Amino acid sequence: MHDELFKEYEGKLNPKIIEDIKSNMPEKITKTQLKQVMDLVVEEYKKVRVQAGESVGLISAESIGEPGTQMTLNTFHYAGVAEMNVTTGLPRVIEILDGRKSISTPMMEIYLQKPYSTGKDIKRIALSVKETKVKDILSELNINVVDLNIELRINGDKLKELGINRATVLKVLNKEPKTAVRQSTVDKDLFTIRSTTKDINLNEIYKLREKIKNIFVQGIKGITHVLPVKRGPEFIIMTAGSNLSKVLDLEFVDATRTISNDLFEVAGVLGIEAARQSIINELFKVVDMQGLNIDKRHVMLVADMMCYSEAPQGITRYGVISEKSSILARASFETPIKYLIEAALVGEKDKLRSVVENVMLNQAVPVGTGLPGLAVRMAEKTVKEN
Amino acid sequence: MTEVYLNSKFIGNVEQPQDFVQNVIHSRRKGEISFNLNINYNTEMDEVHIDNSKGRVRRPLIIVKEGKPILTEKHIQQLEKGEITYKDLVNQGVIEYVDASEEENVLVAFTEKDLTPEHTHLEIAPISIMGLCASLVPFSNHSPGARVSMGAKNQKQALGFYTANFPVRMDMDVNLLHSPQVPVVKTVVNDVFGYEKHPSGQNIVVAVMSYKGYNMEDAIVLNKGSIDRGFGRSSYFRPAIIEELRYAGGLTDEICIPDKDVKGYKSETDYKYLDDDGIIYPEAFVHEGDVVIGKTSPPRFLSSVDEYSLSAGTRRESSFTMKHGERGIIDFVCITENEEGNKLVQVRLRDQRIPEVGDKFTSRHGQKGVIGIIVPQEDMPFTASGITPDLIFSPHGIPSRMTISHLIELIGGKVGSLSGRHVDGTTFDSESEEDLRKELHSLGFRENGTETVYDGETGEQYQAKIFIGDMYYLKLKHMVSNKLHARARGPIQLLTRQPTEGRAKEGGLRLGEMEKDTFVAHGASLLLKERFDSDKTIVPICEGCGTIAIYNEFKEARFCPLCGDNVEITDVEISYAFKLILDEFKSMGIYPQLKLKTKY
Ligand SMILES: [Zn+2]
Repeated sequence: MHDELFKEYEGKLNPKIIEDIKSNMPEKITKTQLKQVMDLVVEEYKKVRVQAGESVGLISAESIGEPGTQMTLNTFHYAGVAEMNVTTGLPRVIEILDGRKSISTPMMEIYLQKPYSTGKDIKRIALSVKETKVKDILSELNINVVDLNIELRINGDKLKELGINRATVLKVLNKEPKTAVRQSTVDKDLFTIRSTTKDINLNEIYKLREKIKNIFVQGIKGITHVLPVKRGPEFIIMTAGSNLSKVLDLEFVDATRTISNDLFEVAGVLGIEAARQSIINELFKVVDMQGLNIDKRHVMLVADMMCYSEAPQGITRYGVISEKSSILARASFETPIKYLIEAALVGEKDKLRSVVENVMLNQAVPVGTGLPGLAVRMAEKTVKEN
Repeated sequence: MTEVYLNSKFIGNVEQPQDFVQNVIHSRRKGEISFNLNINYNTEMDEVHIDNSKGRVRRPLIIVKEGKPILTEKHIQQLEKGEITYKDLVNQGVIEYVDASEEENVLVAFTEKDLTPEHTHLEIAPISIMGLCASLVPFSNHSPGARVSMGAKNQKQALGFYTANFPVRMDMDVNLLHSPQVPVVKTVVNDVFGYEKHPSGQNIVVAVMSYKGYNMEDAIVLNKGSIDRGFGRSSYFRPAIIEELRYAGGLTDEICIPDKDVKGYKSETDYKYLDDDGIIYPEAFVHEGDVVIGKTSPPRFLSSVDEYSLSAGTRRESSFTMKHGERGIIDFVCITENEEGNKLVQVRLRDQRIPEVGDKFTSRHGQKGVIGIIVPQEDMPFTASGITPDLIFSPHGIPSRMTISHLIELIGGKVGSLSGRHVDGTTFDSESEEDLRKELHSLGFRENGTETVYDGETGEQYQAKIFIGDMYYLKLKHMVSNKLHARARGPIQLLTRQPTEGRAKEGGLRLGEMEKDTFVAHGASLLLKERFDSDKTIVPICEGCGTIAIYNEFKEARFCPLCGDNVEITDVEISYAFKLILDEFKSMGIYPQLKLKTKY
């Protein structure tokens, strides 16, 4: 209904707004009524747009920076899991805005497919995601000095808890090269590992033992802790450590909602647009937790600045700043001599188009009142007289 | 086996650490070993630590045996009669000094009635847990620690009677309060260290009420009549010191009235106060620019030509001159010689400081504030008995800071001044609030300290009863006349041509990076440019090579040092600081070119 009318407004309004109007209009609206509504919306939309020459970047910086001074430096601890804490507050904001490649507390929120999201087998599912090594399931690991072999005793309760059977353990242990593994027929939990290398000495046995401890059994690499949490009506798994690409491959995971807090991982797996959204979400997590009030548009502008190329860039001298067009603006940030020499070597030109360099020259900055010029058309007569 | 350490160095082992420690302490108390030594048995580490090194913080405690202090009535009587001294008590093992580590092994009772058989020591007085300044705050056990600590800090900045020989001293920047008073409400520490000999405040009548908003945000309202009667009046002293230096080649400075041909000669009126010896006379009233001590120095760079030509004419003026905004009366002149045998002239300046709007005052409870207005006595509110307060303190200063001691002092001061006695406000040992209230009631006042007060301007009775009483107020050394500063135009820096910084140099107030941002955020681009015009210059730019060209003012001609005069040269307005950075680029081997273009 009235599709051709909506089409007319496509260039004038945001598609989201058109969608909203479409879904909220009563069925029996007439074309003239709808046109009146649309015109009103266009007018309102024009009113709320930012004026030309408004220094949006600086206003964003001030709007984020001022509440930032009130942030506390606390880290947040998850009750019950001692090792699981999250960097929040100013350190986290700095981490995000700097575009750090490795963040201090990588985390994931794993959403689950239908039967599991209601809490079915939630503990087993969670533990199956967690990276498990041999050292996590053993109860004893001894060196038999006489026979020069290693005796490994598995903790049966742990195995049951993690949903691993003994055959898997045997298989994993067998993968270790240059060893022969034998499962005791009497005691199913006892494995004897013998090196196939000839004339092995005690020192090498020690090394082998350390190696066995770190053999990967099951789970996903990088995920050190898991914590099932009830989020609203469903169960999700919070993790410490992150491995987005592997987790998304698991069949019980809802890949549409599962997310990591590592920007670069998100950018790598889901693309730069996802990273942009991730920056906004992660910043707002901190802002909300601290009870601050920042308009979303300011944060969106920052995220846009960081994500206009293929990988997120931090607001540092290596990232966003290094791409400023003005030499003087770059030099006024950090390491001025480096930027000046680099610019001089290639004979770079500064077109003086932005704020900082114009302040340095004491010229009107091209913002606000400094933006418009006044052009006067001279009447032909007056030109001739001169 | 327990290890024993002396000053953190291992010295040996003992079998019975507890007995060992007891033995050491016992012989220390008997005076067999130095009372400077402290011993501690660390049960967790199973180590004994003995310490007699310097720099430890130690405090005296009364020794307790079987729940009874060793210090007896007899000791105190002997002390009062002067038969024994405090030192004797230490030597007799009645009082001992305990350091931080030995304190770990003792149990100290706060007061005598807290004593149990387990206690090993007793505080000499509960107030001894506080330092000197903090213990001067009366009733401080009724206020939050933060406020007591602020009150303690404020007292250090109070003006008072800092030394008795001030007339013959040449101290830098000192203040002297005129007619200081002993506080009506005092603590035991005031008596112990002779505060009555050098008090630093005055007892005044304080009303807790608002006054037309002139005492909002911690401001105070002062009575003009009280100021005229001498409240808060002080003198500020500052010395002017000049030395006759000797230079290589037999040349010397000379303290004299400089001749007119001296380089940098000011003007005859500037030297008008100088006597024939080039030194000002006492009680001269000097203002900014006046010379206090006249002096000439030999020329800075001696060349052979100068030596044979007009030698007198090349001497420099180097007098001591009153700085910008300064004034005062010459108080004292001293002519002497220093260690090197050079003539030394010291002149002390005095300036009377009468309280004015902006001067800082405080009570002893961290309740500081600056004067918001000075009201004529006839306009001040008055009580039924005709009392006008000297100071009006805002009630908004109380709830959030919870300085109850401030309120109790007000009642205490009222009781003290009405009954003509001192009130004891010693922390933990003070007269009780209840007793004070009862006494106030018996003196014919409302027991809570409030009174019926009338508006000084209309004579109407205020609806509320006003809390009014006496308090000890201190004038702090921060006075506006030392701080007030404004500039429209003035000196600039040689290098950058930007205004100088700081009040002493009559400097401007910096519009910094963040302030700049606020202009940009408002889009006030042209206003921002105007703000930063303080160092603007007009520079001729060569359009051929883009460097700064030269303007010859005599010939009114412009030329480029690189391209000659047959090239287009345009005047451009830039900040001098930018011209300077272009020069610095050149010194780095970077060739900056300015390509000019019409903007619109
Ligand atoms: Zn040129």
